Amino acid sequence: MNSMDTPKKLIQLSKEDLLSAINGLKDVSYTVSPNFNDNAPGPGDNIIKRFMFPQPEPLLFLEREGKDMVHRPYCVISKSSLNPDDDTSHHTISDTVAETIILGIRPCDARSLWLNRLACEEDNLFSRRVDGLIIFGLLCNKGLSTCFCEDVGGGHQDVRGMDVAMIDDGDGELRLWAVSKKGLYILNRLGIYEDDIIDGLMEGATDNSHEKVGDCSLLDELMSKDMLTLYNAPFWQDIKDSCLNCGACTFLCPTCYCFDIQDEAYGKVGRRIRYWDSCMFPLFTLHASGHNPRGEKIYRVRNRFMHKFKYFIERFSHISCVGCGRCIIHCPVNIDVREVIGLMRAVS
Amino acid sequence: MKKDNILDNNYLPFAARIEDIVIESEDGSLKTFKIVFEDEADWEKWRHEPGQFAMLSVAGKGEAPIGIASSPYERDGLLFTVNRAGVVTTALHEMAVGARLGVRGPLGNGFPVDGDLKGKNIVIIAGGFAFTTLRATLLYLLENRGDFGDITVIYGARTPGMLLYRNEFLDWEKRDDINLYVTIDREAEGWHGLVGFVPQIVSQVNPSPEGARALICGPPIMIKFTMPPLEKAGWQDNQVYLSLENRMKCGIGICGHCSSGPIYVCKDGPVFTRAFLNTIPQEY
Amino acid sequence: MANISSFKVIGINKEIEDRLRERVRALFDKGVISYFIGYRGGTLPWLPRPFIAKRPNEADLLVWNSFLALNLANYAPQALREYLSGKDGDNGAKIGIVATGCWSRNIELLIKENQIDRDQFYIIGISSRGMLSRNALFSMFKDNGYPEEIIEYDHDIEFIFSDKSIKKVNRWELVRANCKSCAVPDPVIYDEMIGSLQGKRSISEPFNEIAFIEEMDADGRWQWFKTAFKDCIRCYACRNACPLCYCPTCFVDDSRPQWLGKSIEPEDTLMFHLLRAFHCAGRCTDCGSCEAVCPKGIPMRLLTKKLIKDANELFDNLDLGVYSPNDPDF
Repeated sequence: MNSMDTPKKLIQLSKEDLLSAINGLKDVSYTVSPNFNDNAPGPGDNIIKRFMFPQPEPLLFLEREGKDMVHRPYCVISKSSLNPDDDTSHHTISDTVAETIILGIRPCDARSLWLNRLACEEDNLFSRRVDGLIIFGLLCNKGLSTCFCEDVGGGHQDVRGMDVAMIDDGDGELRLWAVSKKGLYILNRLGIYEDDIIDGLMEGATDNSHEKVGDCSLLDELMSKDMLTLYNAPFWQDIKDSCLNCGACTFLCPTCYCFDIQDEAYGKVGRRIRYWDSCMFPLFTLHASGHNPRGEKIYRVRNRFMHKFKYFIERFSHISCVGCGRCIIHCPVNIDVREVIGLMRAVS
Repeated sequence: MKKDNILDNNYLPFAARIEDIVIESEDGSLKTFKIVFEDEADWEKWRHEPGQFAMLSVAGKGEAPIGIASSPYERDGLLFTVNRAGVVTTALHEMAVGARLGVRGPLGNGFPVDGDLKGKNIVIIAGGFAFTTLRATLLYLLENRGDFGDITVIYGARTPGMLLYRNEFLDWEKRDDINLYVTIDREAEGWHGLVGFVPQIVSQVNPSPEGARALICGPPIMIKFTMPPLEKAGWQDNQVYLSLENRMKCGIGICGHCSSGPIYVCKDGPVFTRAFLNTIPQEY
Repeated sequence: MANISSFKVIGINKEIEDRLRERVRALFDKGVISYFIGYRGGTLPWLPRPFIAKRPNEADLLVWNSFLALNLANYAPQALREYLSGKDGDNGAKIGIVATGCWSRNIELLIKENQIDRDQFYIIGISSRGMLSRNALFSMFKDNGYPEEIIEYDHDIEFIFSDKSIKKVNRWELVRANCKSCAVPDPVIYDEMIGSLQGKRSISEPFNEIAFIEEMDADGRWQWFKTAFKDCIRCYACRNACPLCYCPTCFVDDSRPQWLGKSIEPEDTLMFHLLRAFHCAGRCTDCGSCEAVCPKGIPMRLLTKKLIKDANELFDNLDLGVYSPNDPDF
């Protein structure tokens, strides 16, 4: 909880002023969530995932040297830059950590960054990339009927994972404050920190923001459940019957981080890329021998929920779900994670 | 703006080259590759424990997790015995001496040769080409012979021609500090050794669990039928170590492919006690 | 945390729903079926859930309304494999399934393509009045959030939101384009019918959806294709919802040889959608499941629609996408 002790100084300014200040920053790119513009309730488009886990992400560059192909730590930008006729196009070496402002994502998505760090921090490419992200989170005034962040330990006012927190009361003015050192740093750089402070104006709101953060009752309850009893519970059978085993839930999920790695080579050059993969797919676990440890659909459906609500807890003491509800909205067959949580809770 | 060290990349393998290839099996499906680093200095960075594995990378084809067959004391090259199965291992099998490839590792844990195994009688049970990391382990035990009690090796393959490391087994047979039992599934011409499946031989040898640890590697079916004779002889699940195989990609416990319940075989394993495996979903 | 949502249906569909429940219970009781593939109410009123009933009392969970997005034929091979194969066939128990026009055409197709056996299924036919589009619903109520309660009448549908506001919409405004252009809403194969048959509908412009693409030149089409498919995340919901896509290993998953790349760059996503469409050529019933389940709103159905049109023109209006029981070549 990096945010709780950070001193807060509230700033009030218009969206336009914030945008133009950000626009004026050199060397910092930015992306604006649709939520920032319209403050529509709910998580909106999952833009943070594309920055946490861009795909395809080049891991290595492959180059023919003599009769063998060898590995290079260079980055290539896109497949079309892999032009076999052009020996120079691919030598784009990124030697700096790009700083990118993500503007206007919701607390659920900001929290996903915080949770994914737990799982992925050993991956240098991931860590360096997310170190360069500066999160301007937009707190929620109200949610959608599918939002359930508070049930999984988050909240509409949860600022974890954010660098700057923003409140939009719909009057065209934003109220914002830094919740991390990075947030202080960027607000200073934006030159909006010293002048426009409104002391104490939103003290109530900020105190209030801590009230519902981190309800751990579900976490505690799931932690105390016996893993194999949950695993062998009969209800997975019914969930499996409906499931199509597509990857919509996993790919829309901000805390699904599984990936696959593949080589693509064209003549003299190639790249090793990573891209999103899903434990819903039978290929995910298929051995070269043909043996498949999760060969039946029930294993795969169960794995996704068990990972989020039991295995991840075992490893990291947190639920790997931020309650954004995207999987609920987009599941073609109404497999509702809230219902599955309820079934898991009922297992004794 | 922070500088990015592009060499600080979990997925960048050591540049290496094939120095030697030994065809291990009569059907050509198993080859042992001796691999050396292109840059001698990389040897300084390389330390592995018996039981660990590495990702062998064929640029343009991909990576495959392969157990390290050489012992930590063999410093003139790494040995990997590779079964031809998928895209990458097929490409490896087609490579010649001198060909370049990548080695990413060492990855995973190893057998606890410095911990729980120390001072114990060691029973190694292996079937088929799963003997690879057990070769590394056996050589380690022999190098530190005084640290361990009795060493028993039970190893089986389908036919005499499918047995790995045949010359070394001849050397080990000559030693009086290893109890060696090599078996083949069915009678074969010119074979004068043991005949029978590994579980049968385990049953006959009936190793004592007293102050002992068993290290088992082999196909699932062999492991399944090896457990009852051990249990009958009084072995407890925490005395039995298994080395798992699962589909792997990242090798650092993130990508999810090798997960079995809460564990990542690549990072938490591949070596686990049977007692631990009993507590998690068996998705391997 | 999540309760079964409130969905009320009044009128024609209510009669069908009651009759469906009654018949399925009777079929269970008589031992005709051991399983039944249908829809039940879910946690979201606009998204009923496909399920497999296994006990007579589960017949009371069945629902019938205009929000049934997915073609249930998709579940037939799996249900067969998981529940009937290897079982003693002597008791003759079958899997029951409810089928509209296109669902029944896909069931027929699965039979012809040897994926399922006609004798193992008991089909209850219901003529379709057209299913509604989830995406149309979302965009219509963009500012209201998601409806918490739905009341369906014969022609109007009431959506009730969390602030208790009510929006009343004529259902035809939300009916999916594939349903609007469907000439065969009646089941073509069934053991019994619930409700009456409508007969063949005459559609004046069955392919007007794709006219705007056909009017473009090659560059324009390429631009349209790239733009319309750019958001694909390759979750394969379209493929997995498609009753035609039953291959044990899809061409996108093959690794030896690997036919196409795995990334979401246009080279790969466009190829995936093109090849999948061609795999469905002459087989697609235009059921619209692919489009209905896409979380990104990609119009992949327009590709198969165009192929249906091409097949019609190239093969002398055989109407390949529309199964005819009397077709001697089928």
